[in-house]
Amino acid sequence: MSQVFFSLTLALYGCSTLAYLLYLLRTTAGLGIWANRLVLAGFSAHLLSTIHRFSSSGHLPITNMHESLSFFGLVIIGAYILIERKYKVTILGPFVVPVALMLVIASSAFPMAIRELNPALKSNWLWTHTIMAFISYAMFTIAFGTAVVYLIQQYFLKKKRLGALFQKLPSLNTLDDISYRCLTIGFPLLTVAIITGAIWAEKAWGTYWSWDPKETWSLITWFIYAALLHSRLTTGWRGKRASLLTIAGFLIMMFTFIGVNLWLPGLHAYK
Amino acid sequence: MNIIVVGLSHKTATVEIREKVAFSPNQIEKPLKELVALDGIIEGVIVSTCNRVEIYATTRDIAGGIARIKRFMADYHRLALESLEQHLYNFHSEAAIRHVFRVASSLDSMVVGEPQILGQIKTSYGYAAEYKSSGIILNRFLHKAFSVAKRVRTETKIASSAVSVAFAAVELAKKILGDLSDKTVMLIGAGEMCELAAKHFLNSGARGVMVTNRTFERARRLAEEFGGEAILFEELFEHLHRADIVLSSTGAPHCIIGPKDAEEVIRRRRFKPVFFIDIAVPRDIDPRVDDVENAYLFTVDHLQEIVQANLAQRSLEAEKAEEIIDQEIGQFFKWLSTLEVTPAIVALRTRFDEIRRFELEKTITSWKELPPDAEKRLEALTMAMMNKLLHTPTKVLKQAGQGGRVDLYIDALRQLFELESLQHENEELELEE
Repeated sequence: MSQVFFSLTLALYGCSTLAYLLYLLRTTAGLGIWANRLVLAGFSAHLLSTIHRFSSSGHLPITNMHESLSFFGLVIIGAYILIERKYKVTILGPFVVPVALMLVIASSAFPMAIRELNPALKSNWLWTHTIMAFISYAMFTIAFGTAVVYLIQQYFLKKKRLGALFQKLPSLNTLDDISYRCLTIGFPLLTVAIITGAIWAEKAWGTYWSWDPKETWSLITWFIYAALLHSRLTTGWRGKRASLLTIAGFLIMMFTFIGVNLWLPGLHAYK
Repeated sequence: MNIIVVGLSHKTATVEIREKVAFSPNQIEKPLKELVALDGIIEGVIVSTCNRVEIYATTRDIAGGIARIKRFMADYHRLALESLEQHLYNFHSEAAIRHVFRVASSLDSMVVGEPQILGQIKTSYGYAAEYKSSGIILNRFLHKAFSVAKRVRTETKIASSAVSVAFAAVELAKKILGDLSDKTVMLIGAGEMCELAAKHFLNSGARGVMVTNRTFERARRLAEEFGGEAILFEELFEHLHRADIVLSSTGAPHCIIGPKDAEEVIRRRRFKPVFFIDIAVPRDIDPRVDDVENAYLFTVDHLQEIVQANLAQRSLEAEKAEEIIDQEIGQFFKWLSTLEVTPAIVALRTRFDEIRRFELEKTITSWKELPPDAEKRLEALTMAMMNKLLHTPTKVLKQAGQGGRVDLYIDALRQLFELESLQHENEELELEE
């Protein structure tokens, strides 16, 4: 059952990504509406698949690589749908939805079998710690998509190439607003995730911080976003350099999330 | 029945001529009444804007109708027809329908795609409806023109881009700064284009204006006009950081804002972007300002390029619009034709039926001894004959209606069968609407 919904999710995200990319390149107005409907349908299928998995395993489906990647994709799409509604920026879809699609495709490459929950994870902290982390990651992903669009728009403006794509993408101001909003939601959540993680670590392993690769890289991610927000709040830093740093933060975050699990052995690597 | 159009526009007459033949909306009742009182003119609508004066009317006599309307336009404004006539154009039938559809869709406007014309025609039609100078045909015709214009606007992008430098600047500002309602404009120097752009920014919701000029008195006067703030030219850099949009058009021989100044300004406004527009020749703002992060410099040439591109886009869209109009003309023409054919067919049938009943009555009363059910059978016989006789003419008339040669047939019918009632019926129909 969960498998059927998962395949449906993949198909719908694929179609919606295609629709979003076409919407970006073509002038047909209906495409944006369809892309939006498809992503909504994909999200529903994804949610059902996740809920089904949750009810049959009895724990939050984030305990192996397949589950975490898929769950990450789910949270990104959920957050994206809300932001698209709020800011009326369908045009951000081509820069965010493909990221989620790739995550879900990647997740399908890992074994899907439900396994017995690792005893170390049987704790209520699992909920708070990971859900906080996932939402903050989703926010950073949308900030990343927005930063990419910002750089594109700025390039068009500086080069005076004001074609159809320029007309279609949102204003610099809107992009800046969305990006800042995402960071101000994502950063406190990441902070809470790291703190709850430390408390949980103390309970489970007896120490708050053990410089496990995941912990180290999370801290690096945290510092990047902290620097970004700090300079924004003190000197009003924004624009090109802020966008570049947002993109850098996203890449490091992705490495923290995927790379550390796959290549760096440690306490957090649940394959 | 034919639709005719007589008028002049920016394409055929200068503003001096257009002024002289314009009809004031305050006194539109009189010319409308006079128009429909003209011999042979049945319905009439007068459209009078600053770019065109046109009269739409229906008549049976195309050449006569056009001539009488031309005469009316000249006489009403006390002009010599000989001097006015060279500026007038006229259309009838399909060409007239096409012309009005194009005008309403803003394809015939000075700036193709400008949105005002549709509203102006609606107002003009409103007067005609109020004073009852328009009837069944023009009512339907103008409503059709409005729906065609709406289709053109929604199905093509004819009106979606800025085609003046000032508007292009506003559009661009929105792409950089988003909502303009909390944005401030700084005007450096004066000049027609600068002031026009400032006006457009204020109309688009900009919060305020600062004005500076080497002659402070001028700055003060302009600031007063815009409800803004006048600034001493020497203190420009103390206020520049407050502006989100900087419009510059001084006569200075060298640049007054350099990249260093721009950097300083941007830093002081906490890196919020600034949209610089340089309208001056020679330039007021160093081109290197564009290299400063969060500063976006556009010259009048850049804006001009945008306008050119938009105009090219519009003419492409205009082609699509012409296709839409072609489709709609066909439909409307069909309606117009059946409108005339139907009463003709009815009149013809009535005439035949009158004769049939008359003869039937005569036969029956003259018969001394009527066989059983003879009356019924005679009735059936004459009905069948009449229907058979009328079948082909009815079919041919309907086809003629769609082919557009309907007047010829109706005229012939009227004469051949003495259908005097036909004319009256048509007019009654018009009055009912």
